[in-house]
Amino acid sequence: MIRASIVGGAGYAGGELIRLLHSHPEVEIGQITSRSRAGKFIHSSNPNLRKLLTKKFCSPDELTGCDVLFLCLPHGVAMKSIDHYMSLAPKIIDLSADFRLDSDLGYEVAYGKPHLRPELLQTFTYGIAELHRDRIATSDYVSCAGCNATAVILALLPIIQSCSVNSIVAEVKVGSSEAGSQSSEGSHHPVRSGAVRSYRPTGHRHVAEMKQALNIGAVSFSATSIEMVRGIVATCHVFSEQTLPKERDLWKAYNLAYLNEPFVRVVKDRSGIHRYPEPKQLAGTNFCDVGFERDADNNRIVAISALDNLMKGAAGQAVQNLNIMIGISERIGLEFAGLYPA
Amino acid sequence: MAAECPVCVNEIDFEDDTIVGELLACPFCGTELEVVNLGPPTLEVAPELDEDWGQ
Repeated sequence: MIRASIVGGAGYAGGELIRLLHSHPEVEIGQITSRSRAGKFIHSSNPNLRKLLTKKFCSPDELTGCDVLFLCLPHGVAMKSIDHYMSLAPKIIDLSADFRLDSDLGYEVAYGKPHLRPELLQTFTYGIAELHRDRIATSDYVSCAGCNATAVILALLPIIQSCSVNSIVAEVKVGSSEAGSQSSEGSHHPVRSGAVRSYRPTGHRHVAEMKQALNIGAVSFSATSIEMVRGIVATCHVFSEQTLPKERDLWKAYNLAYLNEPFVRVVKDRSGIHRYPEPKQLAGTNFCDVGFERDADNNRIVAISALDNLMKGAAGQAVQNLNIMIGISERIGLEFAGLYPA
Repeated sequence: MAAECPVCVNEIDFEDDTIVGELLACPFCGTELEVVNLGPPTLEVAPELDEDWGQ
């Protein structure tokens, strides 16, 4: 049994992580910290766990040793105390952006401030299993990918691996939980309800991850928040100056990339009402559904993906990485198939 | 016995009693397919709009 503790458990990703680890057969939850909720029951911030988990949040100052430490802290916070966390646990899984990028220069460009521990950037493995499974398996320090980055990377991966690409325009539509558990003027219900808000048409921080993970020079990325709590749907327009691959060649590329992946499914049906990936029925699951369509008139491939930003885009991805790191089936603790209708 | 889906190129296993003319759905891409040959096993996309096809 692995003893796992969570730093920063009162946020949405931390809450999902508690839910997943609570029912994980190979994990015993140790401590769950929250500076703002220390001494309060977990269900004070996660009412879905009432009567399931009687633990209370503790102060970060009370944190003691464990086998695996999950860091669910705001960006820029984990790296300030990373030496302390490394002294408490031999394995760390960081859900923030602090150790996703390989270079401190790239970090400074993306996040607008210098990295505090650039010498550790190479110590962490970027935690998308579909890219780096072997490295994750032998790594003690894993940095989970951003939710939008995960959606775009998994949508594009088969095409990048198999086609000559000229340019990429990626657009995500996202739910309100991406903004985190802290309320703001913009999340006030009369303002947020029904809004379709272009919140980051350019300059999103996750672009740096996409370029690094896919080894591409550029991706034109925009994000729009819509009337949805959980979920992302990514629509990626891939343009080529060469002749487009035939449909069956694209299928081969997707099959090669994902046929044996436990959490990526190709959704491209010729009939029915769910022909392409949709985030709605993925809520609470660790699946990323991907699909594609050819547009020969415009020499374009449209690559589509959908996932739950708090699951495959955060906590589910973290548990999948844990399973890989400790050498058990990736599916353990992540078997939930979702609800339909949701 | 198995054949390649002409759409998604995944391999589809046949039941032992599969016959020519039988319709099946690809478990990978959902396409309606027709078994057009058993030696070698061959599938084609089933016509969707022919009114008297297969009836």
